[in-house]
Amino acid sequence: MPTSAPHFTRRRLLKLTAVTAAAATLAACSGSASNPASGPTEAVSQDDIDKAMMTPTTLTFWTWVPNIDQEVALFQKKYPAIKVDVVNAGQGLDAYTKLRTALKAGTGAPDVAQIEYQYVPTFSITKSLVDLRPYGAAANRSKFVDWTWQQVTGPNGEVFAYPQDTGPMGMLYRADLFEKYGIEVPRTWDEFAAAARKLHAADPKVYLTNLAANETAGWHGLMWQAGSEAYSVKGTEVGLAVNDAASKKVASYWGGLVREGVVSTDPDFTDNWFQGFNSGKYATWLTAAWGPVFLSGSAKSTTGKWRAAPLPQWDTAEPVSGNWGGSTTAVITGSKNPIVAAKFAEFLNTDLNATKMFSEVQNFFPASTTLLADPSFAGRKSEFFGGQQVNKLFAQISATVDVGWQWPPFLDQSVKDWTETAGKSLADKSDVAAATDEWQARLKAYAKDQGFTVSAG
Amino acid sequence: MITRTAASSRLGGRRSHPGNHAYIFVAPFLACFVVLFLLPLGYAGYLSLFKDQLVGGTVFVGLDNYLRAVQDPQLLDGLRRVLLFFLIQVPLMLLVALGLALALDSGLLRLPKLIRLSAFIPYAVPSVVATLMWGYLYGPDFGPLTQLGDRLGFTAPDLLGDAWMLASLGNIVTWEFAGYNMIILYAALRTVPSERYEAAAVDGAGPWRIAWHIKIPALRPALLLCLIFSVIGSFQLFAEPNLIQRLAPTVINSSYTPNVYAHSLAFVSQQVNYAAAVSFLLGFVILAVSYAVLFVSSRNRRR
Repeated sequence: MPTSAPHFTRRRLLKLTAVTAAAATLAACSGSASNPASGPTEAVSQDDIDKAMMTPTTLTFWTWVPNIDQEVALFQKKYPAIKVDVVNAGQGLDAYTKLRTALKAGTGAPDVAQIEYQYVPTFSITKSLVDLRPYGAAANRSKFVDWTWQQVTGPNGEVFAYPQDTGPMGMLYRADLFEKYGIEVPRTWDEFAAAARKLHAADPKVYLTNLAANETAGWHGLMWQAGSEAYSVKGTEVGLAVNDAASKKVASYWGGLVREGVVSTDPDFTDNWFQGFNSGKYATWLTAAWGPVFLSGSAKSTTGKWRAAPLPQWDTAEPVSGNWGGSTTAVITGSKNPIVAAKFAEFLNTDLNATKMFSEVQNFFPASTTLLADPSFAGRKSEFFGGQQVNKLFAQISATVDVGWQWPPFLDQSVKDWTETAGKSLADKSDVAAATDEWQARLKAYAKDQGFTVSAG
Repeated sequence: MITRTAASSRLGGRRSHPGNHAYIFVAPFLACFVVLFLLPLGYAGYLSLFKDQLVGGTVFVGLDNYLRAVQDPQLLDGLRRVLLFFLIQVPLMLLVALGLALALDSGLLRLPKLIRLSAFIPYAVPSVVATLMWGYLYGPDFGPLTQLGDRLGFTAPDLLGDAWMLASLGNIVTWEFAGYNMIILYAALRTVPSERYEAAAVDGAGPWRIAWHIKIPALRPALLLCLIFSVIGSFQLFAEPNLIQRLAPTVINSSYTPNVYAHSLAFVSQQVNYAAAVSFLLGFVILAVSYAVLFVSSRNRRR
């Protein structure tokens, strides 16, 4: 942890709560860069690239990542002609609002920006992200975990960003509470439900978990794990099925546990919620790979009592997980120096020293395959988790994240509609599965109003 | 030639309208007023006549956005909510402010300056800070009220729940603005000539009668001012619900108040044009309600 742990965690949480998780209209059909259905521009020659990297240039980079100056310094050391202005334009929604305003105004937008996976389609639909293929992006594909690459790839194989950090989902649990109440670590959702009942019956003040009724990002991660195909995008045609069978399975499951009163639904990332971890109100947190570091900074009084495990499974034969959080580096349309900008984004996320530094200084959970396998990263032991090699576990989980998940080109709206339908019914203990129908109906009406052709899934 | 005519006409103008100098003095204000108020207002009005789609771009739609807004159940819900808020919270707040002002003016309080200052301090606290503070106090698990309940054996109401939310918001707004209104009323009371009190006292009126028959009637214009401010404040309710939304995301939805709705439309749903129409409509509603308040009160006065 950096010394500014609480600060870091606050920022982090904003970024993560800002909404769900990931990103690109991957469109499985044409996800491969080797199959460019409508390759836009030709590849830029190495000579042009070399020349651009020697020409004195200033880039503007909007990011909320704390201390990113250190990684930027590595780039500037390698390319002394290039100067990068790092600007903190706020986090999550704040940053996106500023970015949209600048894009609309036609002036003031940065060359390079931090974009969360789930927002890549929201910005690529407005043609605000530069396709990085002409700058040699495709060659980097193998450096990233498969599913993260899918997340930044457009329907025609465009590469809209470089993956930076990720949040494959797992389960953090209080080993001491589990032992006290004789609960085995649940491997399936059925076992999890049984454990929730048992624990709450043993101590009505403790809940096996808190499923925050405002956490669309976490919920999307659970839908992702269950194999929902909620969104798909192909040009101006958008497939919406946020109430498909997998989604309803998740909704009925959690709706049931919440109605039984054995799982709480407190809003997350609030003071009340932080206190809940410190006071032992919640015995698990279903969270992402950034969760362990986050929690160790927010619930210090429980150091040593936590352990990490994979998410409970619907089908143990094929372990699968979803993702919650993480972000990318994208080049913004209108940049006067797209070559330099693209190479900067590439360096930041493929240079071994830079990616390693992200995992050490910012505690990012990497998208880089090399780093995930690196013993210096995977072998790290966490005192908060009683010496467990938490990174190693989450690296294994990362390999099980489903590659098929896509995001809609209007994520904000989906998040809002989820909160007011499914989220509200969780809080009110009403029929969550039925609420997903309402979610679907609202989203469909919105998509049509925005001029999309809407198909069912 | 030309310059001379221009110069002479300017001279002539100056002679016949000695007030022209005044424009130089109001120019800075006028410039700000035009640039920061009229132009954005005009631009928002212009925007409200279009529709911008993610697919298909921008088209002129005339008054369609307004037609949609007047039938929008989410907007109407929000309007009903702020109307209810106005009808309950504002009278309570003005009563508190009036009581405080009369008590201070009566000269019977000890440490009047301290009381005046402490009643006014909440207004000096930014509403964001005030809301965050109250949000903590309302906390359902660890808020002081809940803890008190735990100690004394009663269940504190869920102040951030559906049933209590509007009252909780009303409490925050009252806390913030009662002191501010008190200052306006107190200042108005200080302008009442003391001869009237003497005359009333000579006629045998006690402090209560003086308050009822002299002070309160004298406060009428000030009360009206407070009321108009409160109409605007209530209908534009934004900062408090917007911040409390983080603590109670499923209770305060994106259309809880009209301003919250307009904000959400513009920045979440990317419907800037529709948001502009909603804002304009809200402006008209506020104008209408303010006018109604003025109309009713001036009719009462004539009677």
